[in-house]
Amino acid sequence: MTPVDDVELPGRKLGRAGLLLAQILVLVLFAVLAMRLWYLQIPMGEHYRELAVANHHQQLIVPATRGQILGASGRPLVNNSVELVVSGDYHELTGMDDGGRKVLTDLSEVIGVPLEELQKRMRLCGPDVSRPCWPGSPYQPVTLADDVEPSVALQIMESSDRFPGISAQAQAIREYPQGEHAAQMLGYLQPVTQEELEAREDLRTQFTGIDMVGRDGVEAVYDAQLRGTAGRRVLGVNNHGGVMEVLSETAPEPGMHLVTHIDLGVQKIAEAALAEGMANARPRYKADSGAAVVLDVRTGGVVAMASLPTYDPEVWRGGIDQGSFDQLLGEEANNPLLSRAVQGTYPPGSTFKVSSLSAAAENGYSLRSTYACPGSVTLAGQNYQNYAGQGYGPISLHKAIVISCNTVFYNFGYQMWKDDGGLYPDGGADEAMAEMARGFGFGSPTGIDLPYETSGRIPDREWKRTFWQTNRESNCHRGEHGYPEVAKTDPSRAAYLKLLAYEQCVTGFQWRANEAVNFSIGQGDVLVTPLQLANAYAAIANGGTLHEPRIGKALVSADGTEVRRIEPVVSGRLPVSDETLEYLQGALTAVPKEGTASGAFAGFPQDEVSIAGKTGSADAEGRQVSAWFASYAPADDPRYAVVVLVSQGGTGGATAAPIARAIYEGIYGFEFSGQVTPDVEIAAGEGKPQIPGGVPPEELPTIRPDGSINVLDR
Amino acid sequence: MTTYMGAPRSRGAELGRSAAGLARRLDWTLVASVAALSLIGSLLVWSATIPGDGSDPLESTDALRRHLLYLALGWTACLVVASVDHRGIRAYAPIAYLVTVVMLVLVLTPLGEVVNGSRGWIVIGGFQFQPSELAKVGLLLVLATLLGEPRDGEARPMTRDVVFCLVTLAVPLALVLSQPDLGTTLVLIVIFLGMLTLSGAPIVWVAGMLACGVAGALCVWWFDVLEPYQMDRIQTLMNPAADPKGAGYNTNQAMIAVGSGGFDGTGLFQGEQTHGQFVPEQHTDFIFTVAGEELGFVGSVLVIGLFALILWRILRIAQSCEQPYPRLLCVGVVSWFGFQAFINIGMGMGIVPVTGLPLPFMSYGGTAILANMLALGLVLGVGSRDRGFA
Repeated sequence: MTPVDDVELPGRKLGRAGLLLAQILVLVLFAVLAMRLWYLQIPMGEHYRELAVANHHQQLIVPATRGQILGASGRPLVNNSVELVVSGDYHELTGMDDGGRKVLTDLSEVIGVPLEELQKRMRLCGPDVSRPCWPGSPYQPVTLADDVEPSVALQIMESSDRFPGISAQAQAIREYPQGEHAAQMLGYLQPVTQEELEAREDLRTQFTGIDMVGRDGVEAVYDAQLRGTAGRRVLGVNNHGGVMEVLSETAPEPGMHLVTHIDLGVQKIAEAALAEGMANARPRYKADSGAAVVLDVRTGGVVAMASLPTYDPEVWRGGIDQGSFDQLLGEEANNPLLSRAVQGTYPPGSTFKVSSLSAAAENGYSLRSTYACPGSVTLAGQNYQNYAGQGYGPISLHKAIVISCNTVFYNFGYQMWKDDGGLYPDGGADEAMAEMARGFGFGSPTGIDLPYETSGRIPDREWKRTFWQTNRESNCHRGEHGYPEVAKTDPSRAAYLKLLAYEQCVTGFQWRANEAVNFSIGQGDVLVTPLQLANAYAAIANGGTLHEPRIGKALVSADGTEVRRIEPVVSGRLPVSDETLEYLQGALTAVPKEGTASGAFAGFPQDEVSIAGKTGSADAEGRQVSAWFASYAPADDPRYAVVVLVSQGGTGGATAAPIARAIYEGIYGFEFSGQVTPDVEIAAGEGKPQIPGGVPPEELPTIRPDGSINVLDR
Repeated sequence: MTTYMGAPRSRGAELGRSAAGLARRLDWTLVASVAALSLIGSLLVWSATIPGDGSDPLESTDALRRHLLYLALGWTACLVVASVDHRGIRAYAPIAYLVTVVMLVLVLTPLGEVVNGSRGWIVIGGFQFQPSELAKVGLLLVLATLLGEPRDGEARPMTRDVVFCLVTLAVPLALVLSQPDLGTTLVLIVIFLGMLTLSGAPIVWVAGMLACGVAGALCVWWFDVLEPYQMDRIQTLMNPAADPKGAGYNTNQAMIAVGSGGFDGTGLFQGEQTHGQFVPEQHTDFIFTVAGEELGFVGSVLVIGLFALILWRILRIAQSCEQPYPRLLCVGVVSWFGFQAFINIGMGMGIVPVTGLPLPFMSYGGTAILANMLALGLVLGVGSRDRGFA
């Protein structure tokens, strides 16, 4: 070993071994990297590709244009108009150094909305962020101001460098070209609620966060068809929310137009006549609300339906403000959102006698006999009076209808009650009166294409028992302990109430004679809607067929290529023989000529169009008498059923029948010569028939491929 | 006249001869590998700096052009260093070391600029650079001198030399750590450990230092030595999916980018992760994820392979060295490049904590490229000279 080698060797040896180890280490480490790379890209590649897609694909829902709602002739009742809205790009504004503060400050000066308000509207709604905030997607333009003046919009569009991220564009909103006509029938749109989203898949899958949904009227019932199918746009976005490209796009499919049976002219006349008739009844009567229904008796089509008080659907435009909403629901407004025709229930009074007469006729009381019509009768110890206490001696059933004799029907009611076993029925009671009423469609919804329809009420023994059970506890308590709070001021009334409660507690389940008696003339606990009554009279007119009334006549696609007719739906037949029906028709035909409605129809050209109908004047405890007129025409070839109700409006002959007369005059183009001469601008011109030939159009308005509507010219 | 004309001519001829000689002796495999990485890196930097709005790549070349300029400067510096005798450079090692220490001190003065929470930049009149990158070169030179040419004529470093090295290391280490720049701190430690291990120093020291390194890492893990965000990053690594929008966001997005590339990638400029700017710092710390997404397994494994090839070539040069000093230079460079490449690529694939180290030769960043190229120049110089002495 040389000294030199001795010095050099250990380091070199170590160095060589170390370098070899280093090479192995490098190989191992980089092999690890390559293996990891393989793992991520080959077996896991698909997984990461999905994650990447989720990262940068954003789906944007493009709402479809909502279909219009058209009258029978094609004139629009509801369509879409355009308003200018100013909106902001959420990501662009929030991505600015000052969070868009400067731009919003400038904007607030131009559109006159405070900065703080704009900043609030710019926030995304969330569990902790409530309105004003943006309920939609941050990839949609965030609405900062709606219904902006064109000059303001122009100013914003022209100085885009001053307003980066701000744009002004047109937006479709619902418009009511006919004003407040048919408001309750048409309904309105409101922002979708969480419950609606959960219940309806079609809403959920195309929900943009700012969707409106039909909340009432046909807007609600035909919402899915009017809505159309939303388009989808898939956007490639970057990490900052900026849109890089449109990856795919499916165009929205516009909603279908709803063609209704509504004749705009008749609708206007019905509303105006109802309003005038109600005004005439005041100040003697409150005439707090009213309804008028015009049905096509052959199809159940709703030609017109008026409900007062009403409101202007314009209040919904662009979202209702709290003030207007409170006003609509306030005491003073008297619930204008409620359709009295469909949701209002009232005792039908004498108009109900068509059902009672049928019940008698189908249960052994001959149509050829005469029946006593005294001024008053005492039944089960209680005295019942005819209207104004007048007696007529023995009369036919025909005459009982024409002069509206109550005592004849009281007797029927009492006799049938007694036949059923009276207070103590053993086994099955027939309850023929209630059965017949249900056969006329009372007591259950007609099935009209409107939401929230009420059933009315046909009371019977079972109903009484249920009612008693429900209230038994409180009645029994009162029966035992009395009314100490009433006793302080009025001891005798308190004693009376206590006795009543005690009686109710012990025997309240019994269907009593007085209830059966009152039932027979549509009083007591009987409640019907004007629509149910109209539907029943339509069935009498058309030979016994009950329809489900329909407002919608057809759905037509926006380009007119697809037409879906909404066919009439038969819901049942009146459970009466042809003989009874014909008898009934004859009696009703005589009423406006020689009976209780003859005054109202004096001078009406009955030889041209013969009216058949029945008046009703219904009492209810604590309320003024309500006026009814239920009718159809022409009596010999029936086409329309017209029912008018004025709540607390006086007698049917004095208040309701003149309104119905004006409606008939409008339909057939007779001069308004009765007590009600509605001052209404009529499309067809006064003296010209609203419905030429008196027959509703069979054909539909056509919609051209360009979307324009060809109004029926008749 | 002749003197005036002759002198430059003969100097030029000498230079020409030396250049020709250099060219003959250069390790062309190494040069070609680095050139290939530079080229791929340029494309990736270009792709990563196109704004995410679908712009035409040809219209956003600012970053690319700067990057190419840095590469040009870097290659020039590399060739200049390679052509100079490393023994001559060795004489300047103390000066290089002092200069880097002074610059690292300056970083902490108002001259220093804070970028991404770390005071690591010096800005002088629009020109900015990162002293910690150059510190790697300075430390490399001075450690190679101290370990490769021990005092008192010893053939291998003794305890005294190791202690002196530790002191030498401690100064820049403390300065870099105070920026704070954990990544560079680790690189400096790894350079030291790598060189110490192969320097022939007493086995006790080698084992002790390696043990200290492991123990230090464990201490960092168990005790609160790290900044909270660094702890988060390490914890994130253990389970990146647990908290995608929090600290693990970077790692998660990086893995999505790499993984979604699949076998053949989306194609250059086509990466949706990249152009959607989902991966942060993608042109610097996460440049590898661009390769992963746009070039796929094929391109990325090529990058990994090129790094392995470069490290292997440098180790081959180290093997061929008779003298400890040049050999240790090479070992230091391998430790540096190897560690930095492994960490950088590994963190893009979620197997290493996010430490913020650039990928050598590829990441955007002038000082880093310059430092890499100076180091490469040293290795090439060693390779072109030392081989002949075998």
